[in-house]
Amino acid sequence: MKREIGLRTGQNSLRSKYRALTDGVASGLAILSTALVIVPLIAIFIYLIIKGASSLSINFFTQIPKPVGEEGGGMANAIVGSAILLGIGSLIGIPMGIAGGIFLAEFGRGSKLANAIRFTADVLNGVPSIVMGIAIYSLIVVPTHHFSGYSGGVALGIMMIPTVCRTTEEMLLMVPHAVREAALALGVPNWRSVLSITLKTASPGVITGCMLAFARVAGETAPLIFTAFGNSTWTVNPNEAMAALPLQIYVYALSPYDEWHKLAWAGSLVLIVLIVAAVSLVRYVTSRGVLKGAS
Amino acid sequence: MGFHWLMVLCALSIFGIVVLIAFELVQRSQLAWSKFGLGFFFSVFTDPDTPLPSYWDPVNGHFSALPFIYGTILSSLLALVFAVPLAIGTAVFLTEMCPQRLRGPLAFLTELLAAIPSVIYGFWALVVLVPIMREMVDPFLSKYLGWTTLFNDDIPTGLSYMTAGVILAIMILPIISSLTREVMSAVPGSQREAVLALGATRWEMIRIAVLRNARIGIVGAVILGLGRALGETMAVTMVIGNSTDLPPSLLKSHSLLATGSSMASVIANQFSEASDDLHMSALMEIGLALFVVTIIVNALARFLVWMVTRGAPPQRN
Repeated sequence: MKREIGLRTGQNSLRSKYRALTDGVASGLAILSTALVIVPLIAIFIYLIIKGASSLSINFFTQIPKPVGEEGGGMANAIVGSAILLGIGSLIGIPMGIAGGIFLAEFGRGSKLANAIRFTADVLNGVPSIVMGIAIYSLIVVPTHHFSGYSGGVALGIMMIPTVCRTTEEMLLMVPHAVREAALALGVPNWRSVLSITLKTASPGVITGCMLAFARVAGETAPLIFTAFGNSTWTVNPNEAMAALPLQIYVYALSPYDEWHKLAWAGSLVLIVLIVAAVSLVRYVTSRGVLKGAS
Repeated sequence: MGFHWLMVLCALSIFGIVVLIAFELVQRSQLAWSKFGLGFFFSVFTDPDTPLPSYWDPVNGHFSALPFIYGTILSSLLALVFAVPLAIGTAVFLTEMCPQRLRGPLAFLTELLAAIPSVIYGFWALVVLVPIMREMVDPFLSKYLGWTTLFNDDIPTGLSYMTAGVILAIMILPIISSLTREVMSAVPGSQREAVLALGATRWEMIRIAVLRNARIGIVGAVILGLGRALGETMAVTMVIGNSTDLPPSLLKSHSLLATGSSMASVIANQFSEASDDLHMSALMEIGLALFVVTIIVNALARFLVWMVTRGAPPQRN
């Protein structure tokens, strides 16, 4: 329809045709590039799911890795290891991120300090994960003289902070002023008003942010290579070198053995399911507008 | 009041963490810095046994980051060449042409793909992409474009700067595309209507009203994608081939199909087996360089995106 406007108003019909042609070509290119992007991406996704589903078995969840050549074996230790590392990471990343977000939205709004901290959080977000790995290596692993689950957890926790902090800030900013004023008018101290009124109103959004951060670091490999290091035996002691799902996938993917490749595909599927679940839930929560009543 | 200060403390500790990371990297790279100085980033040594140039030689204790800087820049630029046109095309389609019904699911899909871990992309590339490159793409390029000397495929392994560029492109596409979409939606509708009212076709409207107004933000999105590509580790490590030398004929041939290493991949590969303090220190210095470069790139990108979106109301995709 819009194309016809061009045709009718054009004085010179050749020029109009040229314009209509460019328009068509440009639209075609845009559609083509979308197809070129979407199709391979879907292909990757389906490939991962098929490969993973065909390799997944109950052993994967119950057994620890076996030496090359033996049948079976699983990644039970890596799953538990990942859970522990992510637990430690969340203990560090979530409270600090939320506190940072509260500062940015409630106390420092518009101040120079807040701008500086917001910028620092963005910088931290952009630090390559391998650099985070070697920094934590020299901060924790070198002084303690051994690889440990703790150091891996700390690396993951630090990587969670920026995401949690920025989403918390955004969500708190959506809470209307009237809510805060109402709380303060009742004589509630400021800290209580922030924690049990503002933060509570924004909690679905804040939880969403935490899950997003969790899903992001769940698949991180680079910061763990020199911190948690990986471990092919069973351990739940975070003071020892610890296995993690992405690390195990990395090691198995680079191995030449089919049996190990299969385990790596299964591991990839488990990771992806975890991440897709988190991202979809986030999408569901934000698109349904849980905060609608508040904003 | 105590609560207030607790929050300030937590916020300040974010600042502290970044400073601490920088401090550690600087301190641990002292040894390499004092030995090689700025020459660390561009010098070429000569191997004592053979007259060939050498760059990274832990045995003889000389280190130059040149091959890795070359590898990082080359693979990231290739990624941008592949990803940027596609990302902008996709963003144009999604914001300006796509039926409302499709927009949500497509945006969601790209969001999902941005969340797939790097190691899984690397694994996929190793199993699917590398054989495709080895059997089909590389021979084709070297046969028909070999005369440019860019595509000499001497050792056909499928592992190359080119393969790293392709997988990086796939990985940074979602982020560039979603940010571009964001800055395009920030262009006010009245601008579009004004141009359409003058009798413009849809493409002219996109070009004049949307792309021109959003161009700074689009550049910002591209630079942010570049920042991702520069620091990307696992996928690149798995497909770039991890050789630590530049081919002797590099200055003559620049083959994109040769194996190499990027700054991030050499750290991932050699850090745990670093034999002595100098080797470790050299790797730390590469890490420091990567840290500084990504900070600059990210700051620049954020600034550009902020320039465009600051006036606009918050967007929900």
